[in-house]
Amino acid sequence: MSTYKVPTMAEMAASGQALEILFWVGCAGSFDERYKAVTQAFVKILNKVGVSFAVLGPEEACTGDPARRAGNEFLFQMQAVANIQVMNGYEVKKVVTACPHCFNTIKNEYPALGGNYEVIHHSQFLQQLINEGKIVLQGGGEFKGKKITFHDSCYLGRANDVYEAPRDVIRALDVELVEMKRCKTKGLCCGAGGAQMFKEPEPGKKDINVERAEEALATGATTIAVGCPFCLTMMSDGVKNKEKEHEVKVYDLAEMLAKDMGI
Amino acid sequence: MSILPQVIFLLIFAVAGYILFKRVSYLRRNIFLGKRETRNDLPDQRWKTMLLVAFGQQKMFKRLTPAILHLMIYVAFVIINLEVLEFVIDGIFGTHRIFAPFLGSVYGVAMNIFEFLAIAVLVSCVAFLIRRNVMKVERFNKPELKGWPAMDANLILVIEIILMFAILTMNATDQILASRGVEHYTLLNGLFFSSFLQPIFQGMSDSTLVFIERFAWWFHIIGILAFAVYVTYSKHLHIFLAFPNTWYSNLKPKGEMINMPEVTNEVNMMLGIATESNTEPPAEIGRFGAKDINDLSWVNVMNAYSCTECGRCTSECPANITGKKLSPRKIMMDVRDRAEEVGKSLDSGGQGLADGKSLLGDYITKEEINACTSCNACVEACPINIDPLSIILQMRRYVSMEESAAPAQWNAMFQNMETAFSPWKFPPSDRFNWAEKVKNEEIKEI
Repeated sequence: MSTYKVPTMAEMAASGQALEILFWVGCAGSFDERYKAVTQAFVKILNKVGVSFAVLGPEEACTGDPARRAGNEFLFQMQAVANIQVMNGYEVKKVVTACPHCFNTIKNEYPALGGNYEVIHHSQFLQQLINEGKIVLQGGGEFKGKKITFHDSCYLGRANDVYEAPRDVIRALDVELVEMKRCKTKGLCCGAGGAQMFKEPEPGKKDINVERAEEALATGATTIAVGCPFCLTMMSDGVKNKEKEHEVKVYDLAEMLAKDMGI
Repeated sequence: MSILPQVIFLLIFAVAGYILFKRVSYLRRNIFLGKRETRNDLPDQRWKTMLLVAFGQQKMFKRLTPAILHLMIYVAFVIINLEVLEFVIDGIFGTHRIFAPFLGSVYGVAMNIFEFLAIAVLVSCVAFLIRRNVMKVERFNKPELKGWPAMDANLILVIEIILMFAILTMNATDQILASRGVEHYTLLNGLFFSSFLQPIFQGMSDSTLVFIERFAWWFHIIGILAFAVYVTYSKHLHIFLAFPNTWYSNLKPKGEMINMPEVTNEVNMMLGIATESNTEPPAEIGRFGAKDINDLSWVNVMNAYSCTECGRCTSECPANITGKKLSPRKIMMDVRDRAEEVGKSLDSGGQGLADGKSLLGDYITKEEINACTSCNACVEACPINIDPLSIILQMRRYVSMEESAAPAQWNAMFQNMETAFSPWKFPPSDRFNWAEKVKNEEIKEI
């Protein structure tokens, strides 16, 4: 019996193996207890499908996104330039990441600093694997026929116009996809973007994630699907705030696929 | 016939033209208080954006009811201005309905279309007044609209209603006079909408009617000229600025923050990376980020002058919806107010930008900019592609880099990133620990 493999770029380079993608794990995917499960699920899918991939492992550092959004351009560029040096050193061509913030930064902001790669979000990559027939879903998994709603993350949706890939992935699970009142271009933020994840909100009458969780719960969905580590945290907390965490689960797309594939 | 009316007309026209010229120069100067930035790339895409978004009103239609009401006023404005051309020619040459003989029956049809549009404007303006003052639609009742902005909005609607009544009154009396065979007046083949006003005037003498007709004519043309001048002081400037504003839209992905090359130079030097441009320091070292309007791009300031304060941005803003102080519309209004303050000061020999005040601090507070989630909902919502987010993020750069006054929790996050390369305080050596679990897991056969 073989086990799952998680090769690093250093190992791949040492053995001279070519690879399809660099899987950019991101800080949440590396450290956040909940999002580590998403990273693991995605890696299992990549193993199962036979995609040749590698991660940077200990050589990865934050893209700098929250520093930039909080106004610290120096720190952002220090992070970015260092990451670009590492990636260019490995001659990286294609990057897949499960974090829309990393996705946006590497795709749109690294080119100005000398980092030019094809960057796709894991929802787009999973959609391609399904379309190419590489992921074959048996149907009848635990989500079959269930009501599921998808929460658009701002940095995937409005920031980069990716609305359909995550929905296609969800539909492939043979579920009933229900939309929230504010969705796609009008989707309401979870409240964590723009470095809000790392500080308390300003005084107001309500937390943004509670407002959004209420909207998600109003659809009657039993699963809230997300494609972003910050959205996952915020939506889970929002659902808990409404004391619905036992009836309604918040999952990332890769987790849902992995569950359906029985891995 | 006396040429006095023609002379008066020309005089009024010249004065209005002069005032407008001064106003446009003033606005242009204020807009260029912002930093120069070249945005002339992709002209095809820019023309297309302008045609769709400004001319075609594409983004208005995200909300159907106001879109239809607004469309009627917009179409009427564009088309009724053709009639103003006739007004101007008549005014200069002392003629009356100069196009009528040339166009024949088409002229009557055109006049009926104009009258229909005048009615459409009336209906829409009344509906808009009701939405603002009776229904109290939420986005029209936010704190930043108190006072002059709310008054400005109502004034415009009332002026438009009065101007449309002037057209209809003029047509009604004009046709009564024509039917009585009074000299100069041309009988058209029935003007549908204004005929409903005719009973009011039927009993009046020819001379009274001529007076009313002339009064309505002068009122309408002077009203339009006065309106044109008024617009330059008003939020209503969007009727012109929407076009350049959409042409100069940000065409990059909305998530992309503009790079700061001056920072790149320093970072490269610190990391010992050679670049072509890092040998010479820039001639003038500006501020990092934006504290005042001159730190912003001129496009940001034009955005502010283009804003008609509809508040679609604010009504979609997650921070505002949940009761935070941030309102993207207020950000735009503040930029404009500050530009006005500086502009007026400069014109009266004052200190201008050096008046001891600044956009950040005196107009916009840190609490507002700190509340932004950079979600781009405001940018997406704006019917003419205004970008409040760009201004917010530039001000955050100022606060963080020039004042080192970012919120304490952000400073802690910065510190984590500097020392541990992650916004959270985990040892960098633990970054790859997540893999242990899967590496030890057997691959299940499905």
